[in-house]
Amino acid sequence: MDLALDQATKWLELFGDEIEKNKAYLSDLDTPIGDADHGFNMARGMEAVETSLAQKAPADLAGLFKQTAMALITKVGGASGPLYGTAFLEMSKQAAQTSELNSLLAAALAGIKKRGGAAAGDKTMVDVWEAVLPELAQGTLTDAKIDEAVEATKPLIAKKGRASYLGERSKGHIDPGAMSSGYLFKALLKAVA
Amino acid sequence: MNYGIVIVSHVPELAQGLPKLLQQVAKDVPITAAGGTDDDEIGTSVTKIMTAFADNPADELLTFYDLGSAKMNLELASEMSDKPIHLYDTALVESAYSAAALLEAGVKLPEIEAQLAPLKIK
Ligand SMILES: Nc1ncnc2c1ncn2[C@@H]1O[C@H](COP(=O)(O)OP(=O)(O)OP(=O)(O)O)[C@@H](O)[C@H]1O
Ligand SMILES: [Mg+2]
Repeated sequence: MDLALDQATKWLELFGDEIEKNKAYLSDLDTPIGDADHGFNMARGMEAVETSLAQKAPADLAGLFKQTAMALITKVGGASGPLYGTAFLEMSKQAAQTSELNSLLAAALAGIKKRGGAAAGDKTMVDVWEAVLPELAQGTLTDAKIDEAVEATKPLIAKKGRASYLGERSKGHIDPGAMSSGYLFKALLKAVA
Repeated sequence: MNYGIVIVSHVPELAQGLPKLLQQVAKDVPITAAGGTDDDEIGTSVTKIMTAFADNPADELLTFYDLGSAKMNLELASEMSDKPIHLYDTALVESAYSAAALLEAGVKLPEIEAQLAPLKIK
């Protein structure tokens, strides 16, 4: 399906709301296996996105994603900034060719993997993206499947990011970036429903 | 071609402190640093890294970092910079020290990189 500008705008609004509501929880997830800042980082970033979009209404999808990327890249301050920032930057570039949702998201995932060097199974946000994208493409994605993908990061040993310094000790905790990506995809499902 | 060094750390004091150690053996090597977020919290900032690139008078930069987002933001900044940027996944203190001392002695880049290779830890 093609993603319209108003749907994408709605998507970002809903994602921002969800981040704001859950910022303490996301930072709690980041406490045992990180530095307890993921929710606050993301909330700062999404606030900057909101400010940027309020200052200048983007003319098209590419513009919307570009502004979002720049706000996240410059304001987040943790790994999730360049990662989500690169995802939106790649979607912005892709949007110049097509507004087809699956190809936008495929470009985003390729960007995240290039930026962070993580693969599926490394206990990062990439695990959720890898699980969700094929389901979305087939039209079978549900909130429950998103939850499952997030939960699946729990038993993994982290290979990338701060949690990787803990080795075996990173087992038994949900990855905070996987959780925020879960919110991103739930917001998307709602926005395009 | 003249070379400079850029240090990127999550902590402002770390980024400011390491150049002192390097400058002791490399008083003629341009060294700049980017530490912490824009609000000087713990983290890294593309904007600060871009500034450290621009403020460094050298034409070509060797960059060293501590963890995680420092590398990603360094890569983002180097994609936006006109100067050639070399990024090393090496032990921060030891490799930056090594590069500084060798640059001061006029050693060529390939030889410096050979010296850095065993210090790769990330
Ligand atoms: N190399 C990576 N590839 C993909 N995702 C990553 C990578 N590193 C970290 N992440 C994701 O980012 C999340 C952490 O984001 P957060 O905003 O807390 O950054 P951080 O780890 O504190 O940043 P920093 O590297 O500056 O310490 C992790 O839960 C993980 O999902
Ligand atoms: Mg963190």
